[in-house]
Amino acid sequence: MKPAQFDYVRPQSAAEAVRALAESDDCKVLAGGQSLVPLMNFRLAQPPLLVDINRLTELAGITEVDGALRIGAMTRTRRLETSALVTERIPVLAAAAHWVGHVQIRNRGTVGGSIAHGDPSAELPAMCVLLDAEMILVSSGGTRAVSAGDFFEGFLTTVVEPDELLTEVHIPIPAAGAVWGFSEYAQRAGDFALAGVGCVVDRHAGTAGLVAFGPSERPMRCPSAEEILRVDGLSLDRVSDVADAATADVVAATEAVDAEAVHRVATVRAMARKAVEQAVRMTGEQR
Amino acid sequence: MSSETAVSVRCTVNGEVVQRIVEARMLLSDFLRHELGLTGTHVGCEHGVCGACTVIVDGSSIRACLMFAAQVDDAEIETIESLAKDGALSPLQQAFHDQHGLQCGFCTPGILMSMTACLREPAPDREKLLETLGGHICRCTGYVGIKRAVDQVLDGADSVDRSTVEGAS
Amino acid sequence: MSPKDQIETGWVGRATPRKEDDRLLKGGGRYVDDIEPARTLHAAFVRSMAANARITAIDVEAASRASGVRLVLTGTDIGDLNAPLPLLGGHPSLIAAKTQLPLAVDRVHYVGEAVVMVIADDRYLAEDAAALVRIDYDSLEAVVDLEQAATSATRVHDDVADNVAGVVRDRVGDPDAVFELAEHVERLHLSLERTGGMPMETRGVLADWDPREQVLHVWDSTQAPVAIKHGLCRLLKLSSEQVEVVAPDVGGGFGAKIMLFYPEEVLVPHAAMRLGRPVKWIEDRWEHFVSANQERGQTHEAEIAFDDDGKILAVRTTFVHDTGAYIPYGIAVPANTITHMLGQYRVEHYSAVATILYTNKPPVSPYRGAGRPHAVFVMERLICAVAQRLGLEPHEVRWRNLIPADAFPYDVGLTIDAPVRYDSGNYQEGMRKALIHLDPDGFRAEQASKRAEGKYLGMGMGCYIESSGPGPYEGCAARLTDAGTVVFDVATASQGQGHSTSFAQIAADAMGADIADVVVRGGDSGRVEFGIGTFGSRSLLLAGNAVATAAKALRDQLAAYVSELLECNPDDLVFADSRVSVAGTPSVSVSLAGIAALANAYGYPVVKPHDDDPQQFAALQVRAGAISAPPVFHADGYFGVGQQVFGSGVHAAIVEVDPAIGSVEVLKYVLVHDCGVVVNPVIVEGQVLGGLIQGLGGALLERLPFDEQGQPQATSFMDFRMMTVESVPEIVLDHVETRSPLNPLGVKGTGEAGVIPVSAVIAEAVEDALSPFDITITHMPLMPHEITQLIARSRVAVT
Ligand SMILES: Cc1cc2nc3c(=O)[nH]c(=O)nc-3n(C[C@H](O)[C@H](O)[C@H](O)COP(=O)(O)OP(=O)(O)OC[C@H]3O[C@@H](n4cnc5c(N)ncnc54)[C@H](O)[C@@H]3O)c2cc1C
Ligand code: FES
Ligand code: FES
Repeated sequence: MKPAQFDYVRPQSAAEAVRALAESDDCKVLAGGQSLVPLMNFRLAQPPLLVDINRLTELAGITEVDGALRIGAMTRTRRLETSALVTERIPVLAAAAHWVGHVQIRNRGTVGGSIAHGDPSAELPAMCVLLDAEMILVSSGGTRAVSAGDFFEGFLTTVVEPDELLTEVHIPIPAAGAVWGFSEYAQRAGDFALAGVGCVVDRHAGTAGLVAFGPSERPMRCPSAEEILRVDGLSLDRVSDVADAATADVVAATEAVDAEAVHRVATVRAMARKAVEQAVRMTGEQR
Repeated sequence: MSSETAVSVRCTVNGEVVQRIVEARMLLSDFLRHELGLTGTHVGCEHGVCGACTVIVDGSSIRACLMFAAQVDDAEIETIESLAKDGALSPLQQAFHDQHGLQCGFCTPGILMSMTACLREPAPDREKLLETLGGHICRCTGYVGIKRAVDQVLDGADSVDRSTVEGAS
Repeated sequence: MSPKDQIETGWVGRATPRKEDDRLLKGGGRYVDDIEPARTLHAAFVRSMAANARITAIDVEAASRASGVRLVLTGTDIGDLNAPLPLLGGHPSLIAAKTQLPLAVDRVHYVGEAVVMVIADDRYLAEDAAALVRIDYDSLEAVVDLEQAATSATRVHDDVADNVAGVVRDRVGDPDAVFELAEHVERLHLSLERTGGMPMETRGVLADWDPREQVLHVWDSTQAPVAIKHGLCRLLKLSSEQVEVVAPDVGGGFGAKIMLFYPEEVLVPHAAMRLGRPVKWIEDRWEHFVSANQERGQTHEAEIAFDDDGKILAVRTTFVHDTGAYIPYGIAVPANTITHMLGQYRVEHYSAVATILYTNKPPVSPYRGAGRPHAVFVMERLICAVAQRLGLEPHEVRWRNLIPADAFPYDVGLTIDAPVRYDSGNYQEGMRKALIHLDPDGFRAEQASKRAEGKYLGMGMGCYIESSGPGPYEGCAARLTDAGTVVFDVATASQGQGHSTSFAQIAADAMGADIADVVVRGGDSGRVEFGIGTFGSRSLLLAGNAVATAAKALRDQLAAYVSELLECNPDDLVFADSRVSVAGTPSVSVSLAGIAALANAYGYPVVKPHDDDPQQFAALQVRAGAISAPPVFHADGYFGVGQQVFGSGVHAAIVEVDPAIGSVEVLKYVLVHDCGVVVNPVIVEGQVLGGLIQGLGGALLERLPFDEQGQPQATSFMDFRMMTVESVPEIVLDHVETRSPLNPLGVKGTGEAGVIPVSAVIAEAVEDALSPFDITITHMPLMPHEITQLIARSRVAVT
């Protein structure tokens, strides 16, 4: 399990990185390496050129701008999890980050890496979808912003072109009074989720978001569950209905071919219950 | 800026500066073990899960099997060989010895490095240490002695409750 | 009791901290990959990507020309050496025994089978070159599941028409007649999936041929270095003096590292001799998943006959055992299943028939438990079925059928290899203790109240016996060094079991030595000529008693010498605290270091200053000059038992199941076990609890599935999940101690105890938790999706 040979560059700026990406047809960005290097060690990925962006401190950091958090692609997951700013402004995001692997993985893995990798069982892509994040992609041809809803295309596939660098994620900050919930189930702590659900409900504005991840090939919003939350608001009486609706949304969007897939879908129901219950409890705390 | 397959690396390992030219693809775990002869860092899976290869890079515990040696240029690395000072076990190592926290010893160095990093954080507690430990697989001990070692290192040797082991006094 | 037998030190039974820790904690372990002689070359293997195929062409041209490549070997390149590897333990019930070739030539039988060996300057280059080897396959249908293996026309081996490697059977009484007449009969179709030992250190071999000495040095991460040495002598046609095999520190074994022989264990030494350079191969984790031996796969049709009182009248099982593509260990695993089935229960009529089938999967050899977990799973599932039918608690049914304490030695009546005869035990006592810790009545109340809250708690239990100490023997060489320390060399290797400590405790007691003066070394074939290895929970029993035997012989030699020195009767000597003194006159004494200095009149400067009184010592020196004795003291000890000894135990658990997602949380786990005399309680605890957690992983997480083409579906730790600290339950461990009358130390093996009943316990507990859904658990491991599927089929709604 040793990686195949590759050329290695270590740009000192994002501009340099983008230039390096433009020069080669078949290169890969190396961020935290927590997904890419295992693939290389198994020789399932054999990129001829690696563009190591770990020196790009300009891409690491979290700032609040115009009602959104701007999170640099090279921000380590651990930083996201422990950041006071994130915990205060978008607590569901910090909570979800805590579920990514174990601390040794979060110390190294990055926000941009997780999002660009696009694992359907991963927490951070799901949060992007939940929170209507916008990804900033830079290439030698220019910069484009892609909304999370369009960004994830399928199993481990995103819209990122080989010559594009994901530089930043913009995540709108939910209203101060919004409540949230997050829950996932993996057979063993720290593993990718079999299924998970996150939700954010702003009762004052009458908006609600609920994302399910794990069973489908990309994280998905559950419109009928959101509808109930939006119209009827949060109440313990409706938790089951929301969970059923979320499950129905997932069933409609996925093809559960075997017992394991069926189980994943069923797990969405249980996780939706937990997440929504958590949000309901939070409304109690706010009163 | 040009790309290359061989890269020059200069880093500090256990307080000593080392400099080498390495192939870009050389894993940090292989660099430590085979270039520097620091064989205390073990390799159990080479895909980031088992934790045997965990070392401390710039203060954080990370998997040496998921980094390239080329990436530690300018970095400061600590490995298991640095824990004992003048031959004396660190309190954490001592706790593992006292509480039978190891059997074959293969997983042990990685676990000790993760926990060393965790203990340096502000207010390390049992929960944090156990969560950190969750990032390691030990196939021998069933973690029971390791959990007692965690208690010992937090609270001191006298406080460790061994009552789960009835009849084994 | 003569003074000679009065041993005051008493190291046995103490929780002595381990002698081996210091080094390991400092990163000073020495595992195979840590050893790298100058000019070492590195091997990689090209392994079959097809499960069942004919090889039509192997093209190594490009690989041979690749950068840094020194040698590329196919099966035809190694001549006679490419013959089927040894079969361990032939048996009349084997019909068609097949073992692997070092390198497959024209036929492959499982994904992962070695086909080509590539040796290059480093492992990276070796893998680069291996990737250039082209193998053309003519793929055949793969034989994957057991039913298919039994019925399909597809063959794993061209000359084994029905895929049957052997049929093992045994019987006591006349079960068929009893079943005809029985009041009640329950039948279950039960199965266990494959898993494996999965040590954290993978396999690895380093070999170095020294052309000047004409000696082959081998470092092998094996559980049986001495046996490997003797095998290598035969396979490579070398004499005993020409081969040295060392198992340095070994990072876990659990059965996966005792194969005798894996192909790599022959090929690496062969390549080293051929190239005249050290050659190393370190298995990577992917290779471990596809080419290290696995175990557990069995499917049983089991039946139990019983009366109204729950007394078991007869048990019958007909089962198929998956041996994978080869059968290197003969009937060992299914035979264990047969002989352990009845366990702690008195059953007078029993029959078992095991059909051993070839499948296109990695070969099977014993993994910790080795056929026993299967037996306990089957028997305890049957007991549960009895309890259900009669409306009794399962533990009540167990209690009514336990073999009474006064029945030992107890002849089970089975005779597959040798008569199965339990040497000693007290099963009631174990059950009594387990029930106290479990508190079933209290639990039933809690279960009811929790269920009212919508929580599903369940309780399960399982009893087992553990045969230990498969023969024939182990050896030990003991000697007193110049410095007065006593060194014991044993043939068994430790993979974390702490032999250097527990054996030292035994030796210290036998010698009256301080434990600091005792050194135990294992795993080096150069130090002790004969011995076998660490497996079957045999090391403490056989090697431990061999140490005691050698120690006693050494002490007798010392006593003879010192009695002349001190002019007394040898029987009046007391050995304690590393000194020998005259009973009743403690002032007349000499230290072990002093004895060493006196006997070796050449008078080397004594390495360690002895603490003998200078004047007395000078007088002794004069006497010593007059005694003709050999200058050194050394003794060999061998120990074997004519039959196995039987440990036992009871496990019980309380679990919580979330029926919505099929998750199982183990809330409490009780173990009561009897391994005879406990030499070191901490080490025993480590063995038992380590086994337990492995067993819990085996029950709830781990499995090695294959798809229809025989492609392994778990080839990384992402797919094969082992327990982490987060799921360790509250544990209560308790002991019963019945000495084994069959060995001087009174010990029984304990290496496998922790793992044996766990699947049975968890199955019962989960079934109990889900009793409102009226499901029966018949398959292990129990995955969340299987639990939710069972519930869905029961058509009782989850509330
Ligand atoms: C043991 C283990 C457990 C894990 N558990 C979880 C888990 O529970 N949940 C979870 O979500 N993840 C988990 N992960 C994955 C981890 O979170 C990864 O860190 C993450 O998915 C990828 O981030 P990275 O920075 O390591 O990216 P890398 O591995 O460096 O890259 C991943 C991919 O993204 C591309 N890429 C990276 N950054 C950019 C960029 N800025 N622009 C364009 N392309 C880019 C790379 O080219 C590559 O294709 C686990 C990993 C391990 C080893
Ligand atoms: S070897 Fe790095 S995590 Fe297993
Ligand atoms: S002590 Fe052997 S793996 Fe942990």
